Amino acid sequence: MAAAAELKLLEKSLGLSKGNKYSAQGERQIPVLQTNNGPSLTGLTTIAAHLVKQANKEYLLGSTAEEKAVVQQWLEYRVTRVDGHCSKDDVRTLLKDLNSYLEDKVYLTGYNFTLADILLYYGLHRFIANSNSASICPNPAWRHRLLQVYNSGYPNTTCCPPSGLSFPYAL
Amino acid sequence: MRLFVSEGAPGSLPVLAAAGRAQGREELLISTVGPEECVVPFLTRPKVPVLQLDSGNYLFSTSAICRYFFLLSGWEQDDLTNQWLEWEATELQPALSAALYYLVVQGKKGEDVLGPVRRALTHIDHSLSRRSCPFLAGETESLADIVLWGALYPLLQDPAYLPEELGALHSWFQTLSSQEPCQRAAETVLKQQGVLAFRPYLQKQPLPSSFEGRAVSNEPEEEELATLSEEEIAMAVTAWEKGLGSLPPLRPQQNPVLPVAGERNVLITSALPYVNNVPHLGNIIGCVLSADVFARYSRLRQWNTLYLCGTDEYGTATETKAMEEGLTPQEICDKYHAIHANIYRWFNISFDIFGRTTTPQQTKITQDIFQRLLTRGFVFQDTVEQLRCEHCARFLADRFVEGVCPFCGYEEARGDQCDKCGKLINAIELKKPQCKVCRSCPVVKSSQHLFLDLPKLEKRLEEWLGKTLPGSDWTPNARFIIRSWLRDGLKPRCITRDLKWGTPVPLEGFEDKVFYVWFDATIGYVSITANYTDQWERWWKNPEQVNLYQFMAKDNVPFHGLVFPCSALGAEDNYTLVNHLIATEYLNYEDGKFSKSRGVGVFGDMAQDTGIPADIWRFYLLYIRPEGQDSAFSWTDMLLKNNSELLNNLGNFINRAGMFVSKFFGGCVPEMVLTPDDRRLLAHVTLELQHYHQLLEKVRIREALRSILTISRHGNQYIQVNEPWKRIKGSEADRQRAGTVTGLAVNIAALLSVMLQPYMPTVSATIQAQLQLPAPACSILLTNFLCTLPAGHQIGTVSPLFQKLENDQIESLRQRFGGGQAKAPPKPAVVEAMATAGPQQIQVLTDEVTKQGNIVRELKAQKADKNQVAAEVAKLLDLKKQLALAEGKPLETPKGKKKK
Repeated sequence: MAAAAELKLLEKSLGLSKGNKYSAQGERQIPVLQTNNGPSLTGLTTIAAHLVKQANKEYLLGSTAEEKAVVQQWLEYRVTRVDGHCSKDDVRTLLKDLNSYLEDKVYLTGYNFTLADILLYYGLHRFIANSNSASICPNPAWRHRLLQVYNSGYPNTTCCPPSGLSFPYAL
Repeated sequence: MRLFVSEGAPGSLPVLAAAGRAQGREELLISTVGPEECVVPFLTRPKVPVLQLDSGNYLFSTSAICRYFFLLSGWEQDDLTNQWLEWEATELQPALSAALYYLVVQGKKGEDVLGPVRRALTHIDHSLSRRSCPFLAGETESLADIVLWGALYPLLQDPAYLPEELGALHSWFQTLSSQEPCQRAAETVLKQQGVLAFRPYLQKQPLPSSFEGRAVSNEPEEEELATLSEEEIAMAVTAWEKGLGSLPPLRPQQNPVLPVAGERNVLITSALPYVNNVPHLGNIIGCVLSADVFARYSRLRQWNTLYLCGTDEYGTATETKAMEEGLTPQEICDKYHAIHANIYRWFNISFDIFGRTTTPQQTKITQDIFQRLLTRGFVFQDTVEQLRCEHCARFLADRFVEGVCPFCGYEEARGDQCDKCGKLINAIELKKPQCKVCRSCPVVKSSQHLFLDLPKLEKRLEEWLGKTLPGSDWTPNARFIIRSWLRDGLKPRCITRDLKWGTPVPLEGFEDKVFYVWFDATIGYVSITANYTDQWERWWKNPEQVNLYQFMAKDNVPFHGLVFPCSALGAEDNYTLVNHLIATEYLNYEDGKFSKSRGVGVFGDMAQDTGIPADIWRFYLLYIRPEGQDSAFSWTDMLLKNNSELLNNLGNFINRAGMFVSKFFGGCVPEMVLTPDDRRLLAHVTLELQHYHQLLEKVRIREALRSILTISRHGNQYIQVNEPWKRIKGSEADRQRAGTVTGLAVNIAALLSVMLQPYMPTVSATIQAQLQLPAPACSILLTNFLCTLPAGHQIGTVSPLFQKLENDQIESLRQRFGGGQAKAPPKPAVVEAMATAGPQQIQVLTDEVTKQGNIVRELKAQKADKNQVAAEVAKLLDLKKQLALAEGKPLETPKGKKKK
C-alpha cells in the first residue's frame, strides 16, 4: 500500500481535509481511488492529478501548454522509469540524466514548482536515501529545495535536514 | 518546434497522427535521425520521437508530445484521459514492446506474439463495450484514442493479431485507422511494408525487459535463442545435413534467353539513360544498379531472367549537343553510348542486352503501335501555337525560351515555369520572349500536331491497374504518383515534335515531324529486345508467361505506369505490361544535389579514378539506396561503412573463418559434431536467410543487405564466444570443438558469399575462389542453409577482402568532387541559376567574358584611373569564375584532376 500512503501524504500537503479511500489492484498494487460520484480512478499519477484539482491547485499541473506537457512527461517518467524494475546501472543512468537536466533549472518545469517535483522526488527517495555517494544524487540544489518541501508531510529520512520548515511557499 | 523521428520507430505513429489531428503540423519541422542518435542532450540513452520546443526544452515522451499537440489546439486535460495514458505507459507499452519484438525481430508468430498482449487488448475491449462509448474517453475521438491507436497499430494492422472476439476493440480500431490523420501517419511510417517497417529500428533496441504477469527468463541471450521452436531447429539441421545433394541441377545457359512455359520468366528493365549525359551516382543507383541486384538475385533463384537496358538517343537535347560539339546527332549518340556502356561495365552491371533506341526496329515497332492507335481512334490532330525562332530556323522547345513572367513580372522566367513565383507557364504567354540560343525574338507560329487521347483510354487503364496493383510489388511512391494523376483526370498528350532527330511519323503532312521522346522512349525496351532476338514477341506479347519488373527513379513513373500502358492497351496487341514498378526516391550528394554544371558530385566515369573498387561503390550505394525516402551520399559515411561493416564485420568474419581452416586444419574443412548451440545457430542463420529472400522477393534491396551483415555479425559472435584459437591447443574434446566451430563458420562464410553475389559480384567470386566453393553452390541460392563445404573439403589460399579507407584519402576525394559546401559560394544567386545552365548560358558567359576583357584592355590602353581598372578587372574575374562554374570546372586550381 505504498502508493496509498504516498497519496495520503499528498492529500495532507495539499490541505485536503476529508480523506479519500484507496484500494490496491493487481500484483503491482496500483492504487485505485473510490469516488462516490462516477467511476473509480486507477493509477498513481492519475489520482494525484485528480487530488490537485480537488484542492483547487491546478497550477501544480502547469499553467501553459508546454508546462502541462512537461509535468505529465515527468509524471510518466516517475511511474515507468523510477518505479520500473531497475538495475543498479539503470538507477545510475537515471540519476545522471536527471542531474544534467536540472543543471540549469530550479524545478522540473524551470521556475515553477509542480506536482512533477513532488512525485518524482518521492519516487527517487529510496535511491537517494540508500546511497552514500553524493555523485549519484540528482542536482543537490533541487534536492535541497525539495527536501524542504517534503519535510512537513513526507516521512523523515536520514537525508533530511533537521530544520522544521513547514510546507513551502509554492503550495 | 522540431520533431525528431527515426525510420521505423513505432512512436512516430501516434505523434504524427496527433500532429495531423491537432493541425500542429504547419509549424512543425521534422528531422529524421538514426535509431542510435542521442537527440536529447540530458538523456544518456537514445530516444525517439522527441519534440524540441521553441523554448529549447525537450519532450521525449510520446504521450507527452501528443498531449502537447492536443493542448495547443485548445483541448483540456481530464481524469479519464490521464488514466488511459498512465495505463498505456505502465501496462500496455511493456506488453506491446515484448510482442512486437517477438514478432518483428525474432520472427515469432501466432500465440507467441499475441499472448503477452491479450490481457491488455481485452481490457480495452471491455472498457469500450462497458461504457458503450465509441471512443475511450467519451463520444468524440480524443488524445487517449490517438495515443493508444498509435501504440497498437504496428501489431493490429495485421488482422491476425486483432482477435475476432474483441468486437468493440475491432470497430474502435477500424474507425480510427480510417481517419485521415491516422491513415497519413500509418502511410508515412509503415510505407506499405507492414510490420517489417519497424524492423530496422527495433533490431537496434535492447530486448524489452520482462513485465508483470509473464514469466520470462533472466538470461537475455537464452531468451533470444529459445524463440526458435524445436521443430524449426530440427528442420534447419535436416536441410543442413543434406548438403550439396539437395541442390537442383544448374539451368543450362541459353542464348538468346527466351520465356519457357511453366517456368518463372522474369523480364527486367532499367530506365534508359539519356545519351547526352554522363550518369551520376544517383542515376546509377536509381536504375541500373538496383535492377542489376534484382537480376542477379533472380538468376540465383534459377528464374529464367532477361535484363535489358540501353541509351535513349532521340530528341532536342541530342541535336543541341551535336551542334555544340560540331558532330552529327548520330556521331554524338555513338560517342556517348560507348561512354555509358563503359561505365556500366566498370560497375559490373550484368545486362543481357545494352542496346539503343536509334535502330530500325525502334522505328518499325513505334510506327506499328502508332498505326494501331490511329486506326482505333486513339490519336487525333490539333493545331498548336508554338514559338519559332526564325533566326535559328526552328521551333523552340520550352526550355529554350526565356522572357518576362506573365504572373509576377520576373525577367528571367523559363518557357515552362517561373523560377521566382513557381507558376507553370505556357511558353507563348511569356512577355518579351527570347530565344536562349541567339537572343532574338521568336514569333508565334501554328503547327499541326498529333495527340494521344488518354481520356479515352483511362477506363482501360484503371481496369488494368485494378487487376495489377493488388498483391504486386509496386513501390508506394509509384502507386501514389499514378493515383494522383488519375485523380486529376488524364489529358490528351501531344506525341509529335517539330524536330529532325527522332522516329519519323508515318502520316501524310507530318514528314518533317518526329515522335516526341516520351512516346517512343518506353518503346525502346521492346525494340532493344527485338535487336537481341527476332523472337522478341515471346517476351513482349506474352503477359501470361512473363513477369515484368521495371526499375526507375520516381520522375519516370508516369511514362512507365501510365503513358506506355495506355499506348499498349490502345494498340490491342496483347503487350506485356509492367507487373512490378520499382521506383526509387532521389539520392543527394553530401548536403546538396548532384550538379554536372557546377562540378558537384561523383559521376560514373569519375568513380573509376578514385581508386576505390567498383564493389565498394556498389555496396555503399545499395546500403544508402533511396528506398522509401531520399538519401544522401556522404564521403564520411562511406568511409565509416567500409571500415565498420565491410572491414570489421563482414571481411573480418570471412577471413577469420578461412584462416582457421588454413592455419589449424591444413586447409581442410574439419569434422563437425553439432551441439545444441550449433543447431540453434544453424536455425538462426536459416531464419535470417529466409528473411533475406522475403525482402528481395519484394525488391527491398537495401534491407536485404542488412540481413547479410546480420548473419556475419552472428558469425563473429559465434567465433568470439567459442574461441577456436584457444581450444585448438587444448584437450582432444577441445580440439574437436574447435573443428566444429571452424567448420560451421567457414560454411556460413560460403553462404554469405552467395548471398553477397547480387551486391558485390567481384568480392563474392573472390571468396568463392578462396574457399574453392563447388560450382553449383556458387550459382544457386536456396531458402535453406546447406553444408556446402563438407568435412574434408580442401580450401584455397585465404587473403583479406577489404582495404581500410583512410581519412585523408577520403578528405582529398571530397575536395576533388566539391562536396560539403561549407564554404558558401560567393554569389549564391548566380550559382543557383547555373544549376540549370545549359550550353547557351555558357555561350552567353563566354561572350560576356570576351566583352569585359575588351573593356579592361581598352582602359589599360587609355591608362585610365587605377581604381577604375581594378573594378573592371574584378568584374572580369567574377565572370570568368561564373563561366568556370557553368562549364563544370572546379573552383580551386584543379590540382587533383586528371583526365584519364
